[in-house]
Amino acid sequence: MTSANTAPILKSSHLLGIEGISAAEVTLLLDLADTYAALNRRGEKKTALLKGRTLINLFFEASTRTQSSFELAGKRMGADVLNMSVKTSSVSKGETLIDTAATLNAMRPDILVVRHHDSGAAELLSRKLDCSVVNAGDGQHEHPTQALLDALTIRRRRGGFENLTVAICGDILHSRVARSNIRLLSLMGAQVRLVAPRTLLPCDAERFGVDVFTDMKAGLAGADIVMMLRLQLERMTGAFVPSAREYFRFYGLDREKLSYARPGALVMHPGPMNRGVEISSDIADDLDVSLISEQVEMGVAIRMAVLDALARGQA
Amino acid sequence: MLLRGARHDGDLMNGRRIAFRNARLIDPASGLDAKGGLLVENGRIADVGPRLFNDADENDFEIINCRGLILAPGLIDCRVFTGEPGSEHRETLQSASEAAAAGGVTTIVTMPNTDPVIDEPSLVDFIKRRAAATAKVRVAPMAALTRQLAGVVMTEIGLLKEAGAVAFSDGDRTVANARVMRRALAYAATFDTLVVGHAEDPDLSEGTAMTEGEFATRMGLAAAPSLAEAIIVERDIRLVELTGARYHFGQISTHASLEAIAAAKARGLPITCGVSAHHLMLNELDVGSYYTFRKVKPPLRSEADRAAMVEGVASGVIDVIVSSHEPQGADTKRLPFGAAAFGSVGLETLLPAALSLHHDGHAGLSHILKTLTASPARIMGLNAGTLAKGAPADLVLLDEAEPFVLDERKLHSRAHNTAFEGRKFQGRARMTFVGGDCVFDRTR
Repeated sequence: MTSANTAPILKSSHLLGIEGISAAEVTLLLDLADTYAALNRRGEKKTALLKGRTLINLFFEASTRTQSSFELAGKRMGADVLNMSVKTSSVSKGETLIDTAATLNAMRPDILVVRHHDSGAAELLSRKLDCSVVNAGDGQHEHPTQALLDALTIRRRRGGFENLTVAICGDILHSRVARSNIRLLSLMGAQVRLVAPRTLLPCDAERFGVDVFTDMKAGLAGADIVMMLRLQLERMTGAFVPSAREYFRFYGLDREKLSYARPGALVMHPGPMNRGVEISSDIADDLDVSLISEQVEMGVAIRMAVLDALARGQA
Repeated sequence: MLLRGARHDGDLMNGRRIAFRNARLIDPASGLDAKGGLLVENGRIADVGPRLFNDADENDFEIINCRGLILAPGLIDCRVFTGEPGSEHRETLQSASEAAAAGGVTTIVTMPNTDPVIDEPSLVDFIKRRAAATAKVRVAPMAALTRQLAGVVMTEIGLLKEAGAVAFSDGDRTVANARVMRRALAYAATFDTLVVGHAEDPDLSEGTAMTEGEFATRMGLAAAPSLAEAIIVERDIRLVELTGARYHFGQISTHASLEAIAAAKARGLPITCGVSAHHLMLNELDVGSYYTFRKVKPPLRSEADRAAMVEGVASGVIDVIVSSHEPQGADTKRLPFGAAAFGSVGLETLLPAALSLHHDGHAGLSHILKTLTASPARIMGLNAGTLAKGAPADLVLLDEAEPFVLDERKLHSRAHNTAFEGRKFQGRARMTFVGGDCVFDRTR
């Protein structure tokens, strides 16, 4: 199936962000991911497309979901997968990121998946390595595979992005998920809204071509998709938000606030969730409303598609 | 006149009709200044106008003949420190309300630096309940901007606003950290709520009690340069520009601050400011021989700064005049100047002090009253300060000409630390009404 078509999908040999990707590339990636989603629901989930290739997962930040998703994607594609986390790498012994890159490069991997707490780290590595680099989240900059899996989830439920209103709610300021999603959803023609207290909104947020709301009910009015963001616990003790209870009162998604959205509106969350802070449990667990599990499922499919696309470029 | 209980608003069971006749009506909100009458029904202003009740049937109404005195909206004092909770021996909401009523003040905006600090929704609720149960005038509580007024962590501004806080302030403390202030302002802007700032650089002013200058040097008193105020004024103006927050400088006292605020207003920034009665009336020399009742925060300034404050009120750059009522007892005031507490009571001298600007020819009566009624109501978002039909019947009947000498023993406040002891004034409240109920009557 997938091996039958090997036409190139991505112009770049890396996936560093949504910035710079065209709508046509996104559409091809989502189409390809749809086939992997179908494959993943079968008993036999494995292809041999990446047989003999080496995938390194280099995670400087702890991540259960994204790392295991990439690992599974690589294994289902037949690649040899090596997981390196910061605790076991020599970075903790003082090695610079560039030195780590040179060391890894010498091992001749084909694809490096990297997550790092500094914005721009993935791009820096891409300039020092001979292999393809996939950004699995760099600082507050981008998390392109999250935005792609969100887009895939939305497209499978809603058929497309035209005339779709997506409200992204929460800690926009610190969120790479928000930045990638704003870019991708706008690119695909959706109407994007940002909903947050001013302390969690970037300066000049309007310049992203989005509508900005500080009142959640107004921001959700008529929305088709409500995308909640995680609020780090350390950010709700007074520096950005006075308390968790106040945050939930004004920006936590509950039935009352959700009732302002369009009837049948769907709820997304990149995880991990803070129940009772940004989302109430009854919404998170409501399968008619919540797409949270589906997002995780689509995460594996989109990453398989990304690995496939990058491998085609190397062939 | 009837002296009625403490609670007024929404008293719809009260079917009383009161007719004020033969008054000089001054309503700065509408620009009205004319002879006429005013009708109160169910605690609200039912009608107002030049020829009202000229031929009223005395059996229909309770009639108050104003005999040509001025009937104006009750005053709103935006800066009142009380001792409740925590220092009830200095002042309670009840005793502050007695002083307010005697001063023609029908709404007091209370400051949050009590013990405990008003930084929790339940404490806002406490103030409102205590006020409802004990106070003769309306009480509009401010809540703290940062927890414990420590200038580190912002308070639950959204929940506190829902609980009834009208504005957010750290009282007489300045938030020293610009990052904390920036975020607090941005967060306050989210809820379109007012932040009331105090401008006194904490490092420059730490341990001082006077304005730096020849007088403080002669007296040997630790002093801070007056620019300690303008530094913070300039900083906060820039932060308002960045965040879009509504900001009110609770009280300014220097010419430099006034110039900065005038420029900020000209740029269209949502900034307002107040001045205390004592900064309009007194200068640093009035501290005399270590007179602690005139140790206030910020300290009394030079004569040039005082004159600038008067000019600021006249020009309208200064929006409101406040009492900065701060009760202190012998325990905190009968001390060497440096060790004594800051503050002066002021609820009963606010109107007389403000009227002196009129008597001295600096500003018209309506303009002066505007700084005490319509302007504070607009800034604080209060449904008060006007003689408009339907507004609560919060009124002051005042004699602008009546001369008197201030006698601290006759003050209604529990504390008597007035900066104006022995001062000759002209003009004061004769009667005060809250929600149509007479809460003070000097003729009785």
